[in-house]
Parts: sequence; C-alpha cells; structure tokens
Amino acid sequence: MAGMLILIPVEADGALSKASSELAAAAPSFDPEATFGLFGQGAAQAAKALPKSAKRVLVVDGEAWAHGAACNDAKACEALIRAAGADLVLAPQHSRTARCLPLAAVRLGGRIDTRVAGVVQEDGLKIRRWYYRQRMQATLSRAERPWILLLETGALSGQSETGYDGPTEAVAAEASSRTRAIGTEPAVAGEQTIKPDADLLFVAGAGWTKKQSDGSTHVPEAEDLIRGFLRATGASLGSSKSLVDQKGEGAVISFLSHMNQVGQTGSSPRHPKGLATCCHGEEPHVVGWRFINERRAVNLDPNCGWAHGKADVLYVADAFAVLRKLNEILGAR
Amino acid sequence: MSNGYHIVVCGSLVPDPLQTLEPVTTPDGPGLKNESMLPSVLDPWAAHALYEAAHLAKSVPGSKVWLVSLGPKAKLQQLMMAVAQKASFEFVAVDGSASGFTDSFETAHALAKAIEAIAGLDRQRLLLFGGCSSASRDAGTTVGMVGALLGIEEQFLAVDEIVPNDDGSFRVKERIEGAQYLVSECAGTPAVLAWATGNLPEPPNNPQVGMANMRTILPALAKAEAAGNLRGSLRFESVETPTQRRETRVVKDAGIDEIAQELAEWIRG
Repeated sequence: MAGMLILIPVEADGALSKASSELAAAAPSFDPEATFGLFGQGAAQAAKALPKSAKRVLVVDGEAWAHGAACNDAKACEALIRAAGADLVLAPQHSRTARCLPLAAVRLGGRIDTRVAGVVQEDGLKIRRWYYRQRMQATLSRAERPWILLLETGALSGQSETGYDGPTEAVAAEASSRTRAIGTEPAVAGEQTIKPDADLLFVAGAGWTKKQSDGSTHVPEAEDLIRGFLRATGASLGSSKSLVDQKGEGAVISFLSHMNQVGQTGSSPRHPKGLATCCHGEEPHVVGWRFINERRAVNLDPNCGWAHGKADVLYVADAFAVLRKLNEILGAR
Repeated sequence: MSNGYHIVVCGSLVPDPLQTLEPVTTPDGPGLKNESMLPSVLDPWAAHALYEAAHLAKSVPGSKVWLVSLGPKAKLQQLMMAVAQKASFEFVAVDGSASGFTDSFETAHALAKAIEAIAGLDRQRLLLFGGCSSASRDAGTTVGMVGALLGIEEQFLAVDEIVPNDDGSFRVKERIEGAQYLVSECAGTPAVLAWATGNLPEPPNNPQVGMANMRTILPALAKAEAAGNLRGSLRFESVETPTQRRETRVVKDAGIDEIAQELAEWIRG
C-alpha cells in the first residue's frame, strides 16, 4: 500500500474523541507504516495520545483550527494529505471530518466514502458500508486515489499502546475562512438527555402524547415518568419521530429535541440495550435500531410490527403503568 | 441582505421509507427490486432544506428558490405532482439514476453542471441548500462536493438554523457531537448549507403554488439533459440485506409489577 494517512481532528479541549482514539489505536494493526495527521488547536500536544509505535506524525496546529470551520479544516486536511503523499486516508466519522473532507477530496481530485463499517484487504482494498439507511450492506472498491474513508467506530480492530513521544512535523496550511466559529451551545435547554456512552437507550414513541384510555392526553405525567426513568438509569433518550412531525400533530414532550430522533431522519445510536415504549412498527424508525444489541419493547399492541422479529421481548402493557412501577423499583426521583 | 438570496436546493427522490427494499443485480450494477415501480418521495432531508429555503426566501425580499433534481424524468414528474404544492420554486431537472448505488462525486458533478447552466443565477448571492444526508446513499458528501465544484468554500453540515443579519452576514447552527450546536457567523454568500431537519414542519399543500410551479416543471422536464455514467469507477462486489430475525418473546398476560420487576433486573444486569 502506498502512503496511508490516519487523519484525526483534535477536539476543542485538546483531546481526541473516542472514535478518533479508537481509530488511532487500531491503525498500526492495519498498516504499521501509516503516517498520522492531526489538525486542530493543540494538535502538537494531542500527538501524545497517538500510538507509541507511530512512525511519522504531521500536525496542523493553531487557533484558526480551534472550532472547525469547514473551509479552514479542508485546507488543513489537504495540506496533510499532500505532505504525507497518501493515496489512502482513514479518518473517523465525526462532524468535523464529515464537513470538511468532501471539500478536500474535490480539491485533491480524489474520492470520499463515508460511514464505512469495515475495511478489508483482499484482492485489493475494499470497504463495507450501509445503503438505504442501514437496510443493506455493500462491499465495494474504486479506482480513484486518494481515497478518503470516514470510518464508523468498530470498522477497524486492533489495539496498540499509546503515548507517542517522538517528534511532530508542522505542516503549513492557509486559514482564510470567512466563517467565524462563535462556540457551541446545547441543542435544548435544561437537562442533557442524549448520552452516547450510556448502556441503555430509552425510546419514547409518539404514543406518550396521544389520548390514553380515559380519553385525555397526559403529557405532563409522561414527562415526569420519562425524566424520572432517565435520572434513575442514566439512559439516553431517543424519540421515534422527528420533533417537527410531532409538533404538527399537537403536544410534544418538552425536553425532546431534533437530536433525540432515532431512525430514518435521525441517528442510529450504538448502545448495548434499548427499551422502546409506545413505538409503532414503521420501517423508518426500525432502521435506527440496527446497532442496538438487546432490545425490549412495551406496547399495547401485541401485533406491533416494530417488535415482532426485531425486539427480543415485547411486553403488552400500558407504558405509563409500567414506567410508574419501574421508577418505583429503581428509586427514581 | 439588500438584494435577496438566490437559493438553489439540491434534492431528489428516494423510495418511500415505508417500502421494504430488496437489492437485485442489474446489468448496470446493483439496484432495487422493482425500483421503477416503487413509490417515491422527496428525500426527507432535502425536503427540510426546501421548506427552509422557501421560508428564508419569503422573509428576505428579492430572494428566489430553484430546486435541482437528478432522477429518471418520469419519476421526477410524478414526484413533482406532490412537491410542487409545498413551496414556490423554479425547477431544474437532470435525467439520470437516483439510485443510492451511484457515486456521490459523479452525482455532484452532474448537479454542479446543471447549476452552472441556470440562467439568471447570481453566484455571488448563492446559498446552496441540500440535505445533510440522504435516505439512499446516506453519504452526506454530495452537497459539499457540489459546492466545492462551484468554488464555494464556506460550508455548513447538519444545519438546523440560519439567521440572516442586516449586513449580509448570517448566523448558522450546525449539529455536532454530544447533542450540541456549533454556532458560526459567516460573512455572507456564497455558502453551502446541508440541512438536518431544521425547525419547520411540512407545509400544507397549496394548489395555487402547485399550479404556478408546474409552469416551470414541465418545460424543465422536457429539456432535462442526461447525466451519463453516475457510477464512476465504483465496483460493487456484493449487496446484501441483513437476514437476522429475532425470536420475539411476547409477554401478554403478566401483571404490571411482574413486568416492571423483569425490566428492572434486565436494566441492572
């Protein structure tokens, strides 16, 4: 393989994200000669988090790369790829790489593939990636180089000792963006309900806001029950429909944001366990569960299309009653 | 913004998300079973981009919206019957495959060529909109590459909000990790905004808007140019659907206490 670059963005706090660390640790098993390229403010310092065995480390460091304006990041990545002479570039699937690398790929005359689930060396380089929102997986290759791949977590396996203490080579890149990053802000005010590292995903379906057996809606009670459960378990909260869709239908759970949505136009989170409540069997929602290992559902419909064949256990019961009791057992506040 | 924006929305059709999809091998590579017969919708993220574009154009006088779609002409015509009633736009069609198995660069190239040919488009006032991903290829790269091919460097991905300022600059909120927004200030157009869901609900059908749009849609379809090869050098070795089906245990007659206890043990376990 001629010239492989592991391209990693440095977070605003100067650390590497979990996905970046995982890729860096696995890279030497894939190609021990790979060059590492870091970009972001504090990149030179962040190199210490790379594998001890790294042969060459290139950095683009400076304030201009603190928050990740796409234009500046693309120039940094282009400079790193050229300096490394790379024809294969592996980067983590991250908001920053996803934003800037299509731009860099065009400038380099290369190609980019994202959401890569696996990389195999077998009669040449091939990748595996999902199509149609996790409904089918393809194995494919292409001729153009440089080939930039954005890897999902788990796409490469392997571990290596971190603590790189060798030299870093500063690479010059132009910073000329007309965009100024002001900072970050939470997508929704108040308590953070999205926790990518949680063991459990709790999905609140649209049923929580619909009329119950007494003919009335009970949205405030639903909010209390869900909030209590999240506090007791530390679970991450997902929703089955986009907030904008639910707004069109009436009441919504106040602490749900667009970011909570799981499925067709939302995320496909990775948690060891998932509990679906008041969800229905629509395919657009189901695609968001592809990477949840153990799945249980609480639903009043014993024939729920979502649960059959997709969940391990379906409890046919009123989710309000189940959650009320569950919170009692778990000591929810 | 004194003269208004020229907003070009890139968006095409995808199979209705409620459909079950099955891959098949065709002479041109992988495709979907009965692909030409599957009901289609405007890609959900592109639809959000279109609604945001229409809203922005309404709020900034002098603005105009174009919708550029790459897909089989017959299917685009069907799709436009529904989409045309949602927002005012001028339609630009490119005749080609809307399959997820095409290459995003080749698709971007065809779209960029179509945008360059739009008469009356002021590229200095251009906001290039599209979805941050798609329900077909789900690459999230096409709009960015269209922008790059058009020489636009200011790019934003997974946008939920744009707020124009009086001096022509605008503030953008992009989704990033950890349920956070990255808030940026951009000095002005041209810029690329690839939308997430935004904040607007789907607009109700407006037959008058639909009638007005149809005046540009039919001529646009008639003169749509063929996109050519959209697969580039991609070589698909296999395309498979995951076949794993879980044996679901249905618990019908258990009491609430029993269910809650079992769930609590599972959660703690």
